[in-house]
Amino acid sequence: METTREKKTEQSKTNTIKISGAEAIIHCLLAEGVDLIYGYPGGAIMPVYDELYKFQDKLTHILTRHEQGATHAAQGFARVTGKVGVAMATSGPGATNLVTGLADAQIDSTPMICITGQVPRHLLGSDAFQETDIIGISTPVTKWNYQITHAAEIPEIIAKAFYIAKSGRPGPVLIDITKNAQFEEFDFSYKPCTRIRSYNPVPKPDVKAIDIAASLINAAKKPFIVYGQGVILGQAEEQLKALVEKAGIPAAWTILGLSAMDTEHPLNVGMVGMHGNYGPNVLTNECDLLIAIGMRFDDRVTGSLETYAKQAKIIHFEIDPAEINKNVKVDIGVLGNAKETLELLLPKVKENSHEEWHNLFKEKHEIEFDTVIKNDLFPNKSGLTMGEVIEEINLASKNKAVIVTDVGQHQMVACRYAKFNQTKSNITSGGLGTMGFALPAAIGAKMGAMDREVVAIIGDGGYQMTIQELGVIFQHQVPVKIVVLNNDHLGMVRQWQELFFEKRYASTVMVNPDFVKIAEGYHIKSKRVSERNDLKATIQEMMASKEPYFLEVKVEKEDNVFPMIPSGASVSDIRLK
Amino acid sequence: MDKKWFTISVYSENNVGLLNRISGIFLKRHVNIESLNVSKSEIDNVSKFTVVNFITEETAHKIVGQIERQVEVIKAFYHTDEETIYQESALFKIASDLLFDERQIQNIIKESNAQIVTVAREFFVLAKTGRRGEIDEMHQLLKPFGIMQFVRSGRIAVSKAEMPITALLNEFQEH
Repeated sequence: METTREKKTEQSKTNTIKISGAEAIIHCLLAEGVDLIYGYPGGAIMPVYDELYKFQDKLTHILTRHEQGATHAAQGFARVTGKVGVAMATSGPGATNLVTGLADAQIDSTPMICITGQVPRHLLGSDAFQETDIIGISTPVTKWNYQITHAAEIPEIIAKAFYIAKSGRPGPVLIDITKNAQFEEFDFSYKPCTRIRSYNPVPKPDVKAIDIAASLINAAKKPFIVYGQGVILGQAEEQLKALVEKAGIPAAWTILGLSAMDTEHPLNVGMVGMHGNYGPNVLTNECDLLIAIGMRFDDRVTGSLETYAKQAKIIHFEIDPAEINKNVKVDIGVLGNAKETLELLLPKVKENSHEEWHNLFKEKHEIEFDTVIKNDLFPNKSGLTMGEVIEEINLASKNKAVIVTDVGQHQMVACRYAKFNQTKSNITSGGLGTMGFALPAAIGAKMGAMDREVVAIIGDGGYQMTIQELGVIFQHQVPVKIVVLNNDHLGMVRQWQELFFEKRYASTVMVNPDFVKIAEGYHIKSKRVSERNDLKATIQEMMASKEPYFLEVKVEKEDNVFPMIPSGASVSDIRLK
Repeated sequence: MDKKWFTISVYSENNVGLLNRISGIFLKRHVNIESLNVSKSEIDNVSKFTVVNFITEETAHKIVGQIERQVEVIKAFYHTDEETIYQESALFKIASDLLFDERQIQNIIKESNAQIVTVAREFFVLAKTGRRGEIDEMHQLLKPFGIMQFVRSGRIAVSKAEMPITALLNEFQEH
């Protein structure tokens, strides 16, 4: 009798302890290996912040200057590390300010968990102070969401949240916790979640589909690979390289696939899509086999679907069954994690070189070089181009930097010209096109990879959408390098107005403040370059700096980004000027 | 591709908010839901959504894919009318005096195989189960006499072919 009781007491000591819901949240985060979160306090989440205060030696909380900044910082952290990024906010406006980041993470498959406070359970639905239905609001932009109203639910739900956010095709999860659940005490024990009966995150590879894929690849004369972020998320970089090299297949990246393969690899032929490279776009409509790996045929990649790769057979390697045949009808879909499926495919693929076919890409590259690239990278006009700034960053960083971009012309230029020799190095808002993404995302990226150089490249428009996060960079001395390519315009919209709206520049001219002074106000070392002669030395100085550094480059005001596939046109109708 | 009637059947966990998540997928594609029914299914603790839409097969296929992608959805199917056995139910509340004053109403009740659910001093209630057309027809016949209240349920349907949910859940148990 005595022994049983002793045993029981011991068991309860090791397995459960009575703690508050708020403290339980911290223990759950620690159990999931989280040591860094971004957020903003407020009434309905105060019990959790009180615990964060007590646990600050184990769990660092970074106070962003706006909740949106917290989400993008968490995304930047997630994208550079492959881990789940965590953001926290209070109820009401705190919660609604997370929505853009959630939508961004949803469409770009970024593992993120947002924890929001909520009014006490007895006030739910009563239009209480700072009450908002964040579950209803966030449903379409989350992979999963859940409202916790009792402390006892916390461990299981948070365990589920981490499992869902990071497994299969990753995505954002929002957990809303009523204030009473944060105060309530309960017997805490934590067990990570390993499966959910209604959820099959990684479909088992179908060997038959892989056999068919292999035979199509072996029979193809002009095969072409387009790879996306699925390669990075599935950690299939080596397998992709092995496939490209063994079968001699030219490969092009989607904007989110960029950095999955060394940009200098001879078979890595460029970017597909609206502002992608000439060869990859035009030859999409000349290949006889299109091999799509971990990408989702976004309309910015395909242009008009009626004329997209109609001559080709198409293989789609994809983890999410809902993506197969969603936009483009394919001949064979290969479901599964790209690393697993490509590994099964590799031994079945015959060695090949496809030299003639590859030469076509080289020919198209020469055309693009003469008409576009040369003028972008080695301009002979006086105004600075965005391209030459990127090229100087490549030279100064030896292609090793993490490049974080915002949205617009500078983003397209960066994704065309930035060079990468490491994966998870290109961080940008691809699917949602969120202006204001880059500055906070760069903070998260740097804190996730302190050993790497992180350069944020931002336009003068997007910079001012989240400029307040300079406060974080200053307060925590986050040594990111911020480059604002200032053309005093909302450049991409202005470009469309020039090309498609007869130069009616409605609300695209920016009257900008003195960006250097603003950075100085935050005690961030800052410089402005307006002359080509100063560019190289200043970028070298910036890259050598151990501290945060702000650089404004005054670039040509009305430059356009080319090549360009006009909206709704065919990939083969890409314009070079 | 031509639009047709499709019955989408969704087997899911029984959780708060899932209806919102599923209906959101129709909303996102600007598809109007013609009828919706949520009930328990043949499996304990598994809910079943029955959603009827007038859409192309391609849209049905894509919607089902996006519904299945939801974490708490076990499996979803779509079927044409020919592939299902389906019914709806309707209630008609009618003034009681009409039952005695209008002989025609008694004939309508007999011929339509409707049931009298209750008769009170002021009103009586008719229940009719059948296909949409049969219920509409009865509504047309009764309308001239005056209907105090009318309500029709969403479609409920079972497929002629198997929907192998139990096997799927068993497979999960074995892992």
